[in-house]
Amino acid sequence: MVNPNEKIPSVEQKMANKKTDYQLSYLKELEAESIFIIREVAAQFEKPVLMFSGGKDSILMTHLAMKAFYPARIPFPLLHVDTGHNFPEAITFRDELVERLGVKLIVGDVQKYIDEGKLVDEKGYSASRNALQIPVLLEELEKGKFDAALGGARRDEEKARAKERFFSHRDEFGQWDPKNQRPELWNLFNGKKNFGEHFRIFPISNWTELDVWQYLHVENVPLPSVYYAHKRVVFERDGVLLAHNEFTPRRPEEELKEMMVRCRTMGDMTCTGVWESDADTMEKIIQEVATTRTTERGARADDKRSETAMEDRKKKGYF
Amino acid sequence: MAENTEYLKPKTNSQIKNTELLRFTTAGSVDDGKSTLIGRLLYDSKSIFEDQYELIREVSERRGEEGVNLALLTDGLKSEREQGITIDVAYRYFATPKRKFIIADTPGHIQYTRNMVTGASTANVALVLIDARQGVVEQTRRHAIIASLLQIPHLVICINKMDLVGYSEKVYEEIKEDFEGFASKLDVADVHFIPISALNGDNVVNRSTNMAWYEGSTLMYYLENVHIGSDHNLIDARFPIQYVVRPYSDEYHDYRGYAGRVAGGIFKKGDEVMLLPSGFTTKIAKIDTYDGELEEAFPPMSVTVHIEDDYDLSRGDMIVRVNNTPEVTQDLEVMICWFSERPLQPNGKYTIMHTTQEARCVVKDVRYKLDINSLHRNLEDRNIRMNDIARIVLRTTKPLFVDKYYRNRTTGSIILIDEATNNTVGAGMVI
Ligand SMILES: Nc1nc2c(ncn2[C@@H]2O[C@H](COP(=O)(O)OP(=O)(O)O)[C@@H](O)[C@H]2O)c(=O)[nH]1
Repeated sequence: MVNPNEKIPSVEQKMANKKTDYQLSYLKELEAESIFIIREVAAQFEKPVLMFSGGKDSILMTHLAMKAFYPARIPFPLLHVDTGHNFPEAITFRDELVERLGVKLIVGDVQKYIDEGKLVDEKGYSASRNALQIPVLLEELEKGKFDAALGGARRDEEKARAKERFFSHRDEFGQWDPKNQRPELWNLFNGKKNFGEHFRIFPISNWTELDVWQYLHVENVPLPSVYYAHKRVVFERDGVLLAHNEFTPRRPEEELKEMMVRCRTMGDMTCTGVWESDADTMEKIIQEVATTRTTERGARADDKRSETAMEDRKKKGYF
Repeated sequence: MAENTEYLKPKTNSQIKNTELLRFTTAGSVDDGKSTLIGRLLYDSKSIFEDQYELIREVSERRGEEGVNLALLTDGLKSEREQGITIDVAYRYFATPKRKFIIADTPGHIQYTRNMVTGASTANVALVLIDARQGVVEQTRRHAIIASLLQIPHLVICINKMDLVGYSEKVYEEIKEDFEGFASKLDVADVHFIPISALNGDNVVNRSTNMAWYEGSTLMYYLENVHIGSDHNLIDARFPIQYVVRPYSDEYHDYRGYAGRVAGGIFKKGDEVMLLPSGFTTKIAKIDTYDGELEEAFPPMSVTVHIEDDYDLSRGDMIVRVNNTPEVTQDLEVMICWFSERPLQPNGKYTIMHTTQEARCVVKDVRYKLDINSLHRNLEDRNIRMNDIARIVLRTTKPLFVDKYYRNRTTGSIILIDEATNNTVGAGMVI
């Protein structure tokens, strides 16, 4: 402490200073931190759920959760809000993953909500079901009485995330109030809440996109095939390449062409851009990510709508 | 600026193994150039994406600024932008071939002691900015005191805006001397001084040609090379049990593992250990992880420990070494930093969190309030308000297993939670 009288210099401590082999690599340290958070959630909350989007960050989350509880199974279910417009490869991959992990999968089916008249599809060329995911997510969380929803969001993704907590408090409407977040110090995470409130938990907050790729590579974690470069019929809209699919209407001038592409993020086919690339191996992807000079969110049409799009959606409960 | 193409190469597997993680916090008074410096570190280490850069270039142009304002890279949330202030700790990331860096960017404004404390709690290095034209000011002293209170192992004083004082060695030396005079009263083991210009990039990533008299390292070289291997306590073995792993499957029928994160010392298979609170002794049967058994575990690893005898441990218990135990106590003396608009209540009851333990506690006494500009101990004013730091006495409902904070930042720290609002209202360091 500040008072020098209270400090006892320690000889052993000085000896220990000479050791250098007790140092974790950055990926191992990130892993250890994320596992700590995930275990903390299992210990502090009654009914956690892992929000699974199908993307690499969600896949990383399931991998870390698997490690956290090994050899026991992950003690909470996965929740996937399915817009019905996913890449079919992503859905196949999801089902195999769930099978392998032996966890329960809950699907929030946006199509069903639409069929039941609870939600209405956007109209027009740039219609997307992204906004529809929010009410479905919130309703599924409420239905399941989940008090902690684990998500794979990272702080490096967007400016509005830079101040996000590991334990992010939501009021009873699922909303995030930037002024009402708890300070997080050391390894002490306060998950206390009132009835009806819940938490969003972001165990991989401190990872960057490149960290995620490096780790998935080192750990040999399987990924959906669409992450690797493949031939696909695409068209260009507002500078973004979109996959040709039955759900996205095209303007007459938007011509189809076949290209080598891959996904950088996984999401709704109607608004998630694909990326011209010939990176068909993990090594090539990492090389590409390391030298790419645009953010991965730049490839999402929905984030381009406004500079603060993410923050606005976050306040509504999307993240 | 020279192209540092080295930054754009992905790491090889052996590089990954040798790349460490360093966390640092930045502090400075408003306008000392903190945002510019962070922007500069991110930009010169190629951590800025083109679309981000385009955006700030456009904004700079729109505002009629000359050149690209790198400070815009670290702009905060919308509501803050509107108010023109930064109110919270923001985390930023960049990497070089040697290290990955996490910056806890804390606003320097006077009433945000709590943010600084938050950012400092996990930092290996504290970076304090001084405007070369102003020299050591009240804020500088406060930042240094907080760094010392929070036991940040390394302190770097960046004397910024050297371009505005003609890159003068004399100015640099005077500020350095002034700070050293004051820092001798503090408990900071490792202090470094670097003259920089965040705006022009002198001595940030690239060595300055304007200050030939300076023979020390650039800021980036320092951050990449400062020895952090001993920032964790590797002597006092402490393993707070976080979660009990019980598979309930046929294959692992009798499996009972204690999951947690090593908080101190080195645990080896076969070590004789003591269990707290029971005081029973046993041996470590194995240290398990998904990737296989380990011979030893050290901080900050997350592992699963098995013991030889059939004791029933639960969350909050601690595994320690037989001849090296923490203090088992219900009475704590702590330095507390207060976070809440509602003042600390004398005789008030709070929930206390310490490692993976939780208890209730009552505030028995406020010893003094610490003036964090002068280190003066104020014995008269015992009203502890938001952003105050004070020494208090707590009595807990059950024993905690604590070390002094200066020995172990994990087993020596606590938070207090208001039982009515569930908010974290205080952060304390055991003395
Ligand atoms: N001349 C000069 N100006 C600087 C330097 N660093 C920052 N500034 C300017 O000082 C002002 C405040 O900088 P900023 O980074 O926003 O300060 P912050 O409030 O500490 O984040 C801005 O106008 C910067 O351009 C420097 O090294 N030299």
